[in-house]
Amino acid sequence: MFSETPLVRRKQRQEALAKWLFCGMAASMIIPLILIIGYLVERAWPSLNLSFLIDVPVRGMKEGGVWPALVGTVYLVCLSLAVSAPIGVLAAVYLNEYARDNWFNRIINLAVINLAGVPSIVHALFGLGAFVYAARFGYSIISASLTLAIMTCPVIIASTREALASVPRSFREACWNVGATRWQTIRAVVLPNSISGILTGVILQVSRAAGETAPIMFTGAVFFKAVQKGDLFPYGLHEQCMTLSMHLYTLSTQVPDVKESIPFATAVVLLSSVLLVNATAIGLRVYLRSRKKW
Amino acid sequence: MKKPNLHAVTCKLAPVIAAALFACLLQTGCGKSGTGDTAGGGASKQVTIQNKGSDTMVNLAQAWAEEYKKVAPEADVEVSGGGSGVGIAALVKGTIDIANASRNMKPEEIQTAKKNTGKEPKEFIVGYDALAIYVHKDNPLTEITLDQIAQIYMEGGAITKWSDLGVKIPGTTSDEIVRVSRQSSSGTYEFLREHVLNKQDFKLGSRDMNGSKEVVELVASARTAIGYSGMGYATPGVKMLKVMKKAGDTAYEPSVANTLSKTYPIARSLLVYTLGEPQGAVKKYIDWMLSDAGQKTVEATGYIPLPTDARTKP
Amino acid sequence: MSVSLTPKPLEQSLAVRKAVRPVWAVLGERGLEVLIYLCGISAIVFVLGIFFFVAKEAFPILSNKNFRLSQFLFSDQWYPTSEVNKRYGVLAMIAGTFSVTALAMLIAVPFGLGAAIYISEFCGSKVKETLKIVIELLAAIPSVVWGFIGLTVMSRLIVKYTGTPVGVNILNGGIILALMSVPIIVSIGEDALKAVPDSFREAGLALGATRWQLVWRVLLPAAKTGLLAAVLLGVARAVGETMAVLMATGHAVHIPHGVLDSVRTLTANIAAELGEAPAGSPHYQVLFLTGVLLFAITFAVNLTADFIVRGIRRK
Repeated sequence: MFSETPLVRRKQRQEALAKWLFCGMAASMIIPLILIIGYLVERAWPSLNLSFLIDVPVRGMKEGGVWPALVGTVYLVCLSLAVSAPIGVLAAVYLNEYARDNWFNRIINLAVINLAGVPSIVHALFGLGAFVYAARFGYSIISASLTLAIMTCPVIIASTREALASVPRSFREACWNVGATRWQTIRAVVLPNSISGILTGVILQVSRAAGETAPIMFTGAVFFKAVQKGDLFPYGLHEQCMTLSMHLYTLSTQVPDVKESIPFATAVVLLSSVLLVNATAIGLRVYLRSRKKW
Repeated sequence: MKKPNLHAVTCKLAPVIAAALFACLLQTGCGKSGTGDTAGGGASKQVTIQNKGSDTMVNLAQAWAEEYKKVAPEADVEVSGGGSGVGIAALVKGTIDIANASRNMKPEEIQTAKKNTGKEPKEFIVGYDALAIYVHKDNPLTEITLDQIAQIYMEGGAITKWSDLGVKIPGTTSDEIVRVSRQSSSGTYEFLREHVLNKQDFKLGSRDMNGSKEVVELVASARTAIGYSGMGYATPGVKMLKVMKKAGDTAYEPSVANTLSKTYPIARSLLVYTLGEPQGAVKKYIDWMLSDAGQKTVEATGYIPLPTDARTKP
Repeated sequence: MSVSLTPKPLEQSLAVRKAVRPVWAVLGERGLEVLIYLCGISAIVFVLGIFFFVAKEAFPILSNKNFRLSQFLFSDQWYPTSEVNKRYGVLAMIAGTFSVTALAMLIAVPFGLGAAIYISEFCGSKVKETLKIVIELLAAIPSVVWGFIGLTVMSRLIVKYTGTPVGVNILNGGIILALMSVPIIVSIGEDALKAVPDSFREAGLALGATRWQLVWRVLLPAAKTGLLAAVLLGVARAVGETMAVLMATGHAVHIPHGVLDSVRTLTANIAAELGEAPAGSPHYQVLFLTGVLLFAITFAVNLTADFIVRGIRRK
């Protein structure tokens, strides 16, 4: 009784075509990525082993490992997040919990969005002018971490705001009803319930801080620094450091005659640590989201 | 509301742990920093020497830092590139100890140094470098005159195709010369402009690479390319042209002998600068650079070492 | 937190009960709120600070007798270190930024929007979760790794398949930037499509539309401002990108003639030359002025995108 007319069949064909077209578009972003990563790993294979991580670069950086760069990256990431996470979380708390919807706070919103969009080279110029020269920290880990902190702050603010906003208003109202002050509410109810979103936001910025090169190139990263193999605390805060991102840049543009697998291996180390951290954050988010009871 | 114990415990412990880590970090930070001079020989105290400057010399500086660590483990040498200009600028501000340069300091820079720090920069020649003209290894050209180089690179220069030089590149139909150069404030760029182009500006549209190695790599991958870079950056994919001063002269290839005898026309000194007379650890490092051990590294990196009578004796 | 109510008979039961807390708790909380307020305005402080410091270093060049703003913006002669004739024209770099960004958007927008439509309308929830995670991971790849990929992998591919002598050019930079901007376009585009009320979809289905017809005739027009915002944010990302274009576009200072030409972008110009410019020299100041220009461009684009996005969220 209900058979398909030619019109219906045509529409079904169009629909299937559209579906496969869009699926193809989505896949065409992912497939090249997988191919590229596969190529990187294949080229890097000869150098990828545990000693690559622990050895220092030798023979003019043409051989050896990436230990000083790895440690330097960890230093910079930890220091910059130690500065930007508290400031970002507290700023988001202000914007979400305390701020009224007036023109001043709209300007703050605007400032957060623009800070997030500033090109990384302009961050570098700012770090150079403000921390290296004006604040007289000179070229050091401190200048580089502070520059990175300002870069990662706005995204932490944005993701924390979303996490705080996802806590239902009824929770806050219940607290106010029993007479708690605003800060007491935040500390006892809002923050603990949004900690998953805050944590994932902060962890996701680890990859940004680890991967950026331009801001640290002019404020605290060096081409080379002699470090003992396996030394856990080789850098003082006033010294400069090597980082994985800078190391990758200099290996590909400055060091001649380097064995081909070494820059590829550096790229793979950087990429895999970044992806690992991000995957942890995403996994944490999924796990904590599933445990939420509302 | 009874919170789970884990939450309460972490909340209390976290600040304590964070404070402990921070104290640890500060301790190592304050313990390790200290630039430049030490009084006398303090072998147990770590000293940091900051070395910045020429991209041409950055690999040499890094090799020195690596070798010197074996000789004097108490000295930590930090090496960075950026260019002769940045090294000199940092020295002039007083923020680093040793600046590497592949060009001489300009009089204005010396004035600024005297004004900012009261000291006059002291120059040391640590080696020589021949500026090689690179072409792809399959390029049939073998020699070139200074004037031809100028005509290729200069603003308003007449040579734009390989056929202007009487050469046909095998394996491709393209005839246009792909010019590879350096960025505009590189010491290498300035040296070529001053000595070969006679202070005229470069033609726009050349690929201005960021590092000496990138120039050679680009030439090695592009058949119709020509580029200039330090002699030490040669790879099997390129060949260095012999250069003659005028058409009809003998053409010399860039080599140690030809540079020291000054027959290769485009050679330059590699310099390091310090503010005033170097003291303490910096002086020891520079003395080591000028000694046989340091000069051996110069030669190993592909540059031309000082003749034996110009070296310091250990 | 000790909330002790002191019950006093009669006088207080009618008056407002005052909760008595220890002084240190009250002061501590006030102090904390001041701290929170300071952090809240930190974003403004940072943005103003960035603008101030960059403009401060750039300002002296405007009064330099060698420098004319019209030449800066409209001339393609870039000779900042010339001994005979200093010229500071960044038009070639503006053209470079524009061409690489345009090519990147030409590639990223169709693919990004297509992927966003697929994720939001066509696929099942398990595939959706996986795709969203993959796109997030794509966004996490550091820019220096992208630059490295452009320098090694992409340039070899381009040389092999187009026969051009040099593999680092607009095409290379455009493809890399497209891959970098796609995650932003996909996630914000998907948000925009999700914001279209379900009643639109239900109305379409009730009229017998297929999903494709829904997308083409109902959803895209309804979400067009949101999708525009997504594209603008992708543009801002592409304009501001430094390391990837530094390594992948080939550094030639000229106005490009074709997609296989090498160019230099504004960001790569600053990164390449800042290291060597002596601090305080006119060259240094011009580079900072380029920074001001970049800041202004991304500020304008972000502002527009934000107005549009907030307009959608209000609905």
